[in-house]
Amino acid sequence: MDQDSAFFWEGVEKGELRIQRCSACKALRHPPRPTCPRCLSFDWDSLLASGNGAVYSFIVHHHPPVYGFEIPFAIALIELEEGTRIVGNLPGVPPEKVRVGMPVEVSFARVADEWTLPQWRPKEEPTR
Amino acid sequence: MSRTLADRAAIAGIGATEFSKKSGRTPLQLAVEATRAALEDAGIAAAEVDGMVSFTGDQNAETEIARCLGIPRLTHFSRIHYGGGAACATIQQAAMAVATGISEVVVAYRAFNERSERRFGAGRQGPTADVPVPLPTNWYAPFGFVTPASWVAMFARRYMHEYNASSEDFGRVSVADRKHAATNPKAWFYEQPITLEDHQESRWIVEPLHLLDCCQESDGGVAIVVTSPERARDLAHPPVMIRAAAQGASSDQETMTSYYRDDIAGLPEMGLVGDQLWAQSGLGPDDIQTAILYDHFTPFVLPQLEELGFCERGEARHFIADGNIELGGRLPINTNGGQLGEAYIHGMNGIAEGVRQVRGSAVNQVEDVDHVVVTAGTGVPTSALILGRA
Repeated sequence: MDQDSAFFWEGVEKGELRIQRCSACKALRHPPRPTCPRCLSFDWDSLLASGNGAVYSFIVHHHPPVYGFEIPFAIALIELEEGTRIVGNLPGVPPEKVRVGMPVEVSFARVADEWTLPQWRPKEEPTR
Repeated sequence: MSRTLADRAAIAGIGATEFSKKSGRTPLQLAVEATRAALEDAGIAAAEVDGMVSFTGDQNAETEIARCLGIPRLTHFSRIHYGGGAACATIQQAAMAVATGISEVVVAYRAFNERSERRFGAGRQGPTADVPVPLPTNWYAPFGFVTPASWVAMFARRYMHEYNASSEDFGRVSVADRKHAATNPKAWFYEQPITLEDHQESRWIVEPLHLLDCCQESDGGVAIVVTSPERARDLAHPPVMIRAAAQGASSDQETMTSYYRDDIAGLPEMGLVGDQLWAQSGLGPDDIQTAILYDHFTPFVLPQLEELGFCERGEARHFIADGNIELGGRLPINTNGGQLGEAYIHGMNGIAEGVRQVRGSAVNQVEDVDHVVVTAGTGVPTSALILGRA
């Protein structure tokens, strides 16, 4: 975490999904960085995201073991309805149910009683 | 004089250690062995070396190699970032140093005990999986997204979705590489070809990647000697001309995780590299007889074929299924077995194979080779070469 990304993790602690926004041209960007690549402004604030998105791509991790994760587990690249993308997990969703295009919504999970992470759950029941 | 790098430098020598899973020697010794072998291949005395180039990640200081070989002075030394993306860029650095008169004989090298010491495939975790990843360090690790295979798999899944590609389409790359390795005595997988069924039945590493989509890990070293075309003409082998050498980083580039571009089914940095290769050399895809395409993971071979113009976007799976990438096909790739079949020396063994194809001395020699394309690591800022006959 650094000065460019602290706003995001502070938002997550409050149950908010924030997207960095250029104050000058209003373009959104993620992951956060100091300037807007479109208008080069250093001024930025953030937008409170709706928390709605869809799976843009995903993987199912089998090997090697990863600390804190039960194998296999899915990792998804979520495209937010605002347009930016972000990586997260789909806790509780069987990996074989995950599909590209699947609608999802954000949730917030405590990890090791120490951190909060933005995670994702299906917006509708997966098609059977 | 034309302001291009084309034909301003040549490769005069190549050298390597054996490729193993446990070298039993220090990386420095591997680097020195490979360098000495490359200089002997070229017929150049170590004392004449005045430039050295490697990867940022290589642990062998150029000054230590120079001490070991009695190299009295170095006038150029540089390092390239971005893992395997550096491979062909080391040759570009060497060629630029030679072309500008900064140095006369430059050695590009890479040597490591990547299998028996720190394995890259384990990802950004501690030495054992029991060491927790600090949370949150970035946009990936907190989600268990820590291995190179997983970062590539995310692109692969989207590529499959966009172009209706399948795991079998990736598997055919592995089958071709292992077919070529099977007849290369220096390949780790010598005499061990695989079938598409073997690929499909191999265990999942990270869906959609099977074990046989992932290259092996290796101990070993490779060195390449670059000098002026004039000097190279008087040496042991005919010069292998550096007809083009390019680097590329593209819009919204990350290292292995460029997931924020409008389209993630391509490799725009390789497209940028390809455009430079054709512009520098005046050649096009039809002028290339064989290619070494970086194959740490099979899925990225497909968009490389597309970005370099060997087939249309989304068509690589058909190009491959038609047998074009195997010996006897339109564009045999990775004739040494690639990193999947020969060894994973971060792309440097592929450059050596490109040199052998131009010399006409490869064990799986392609007929009438005028020009070879060699690419470096994908998913990262990358580089590539066109090598050709004098």
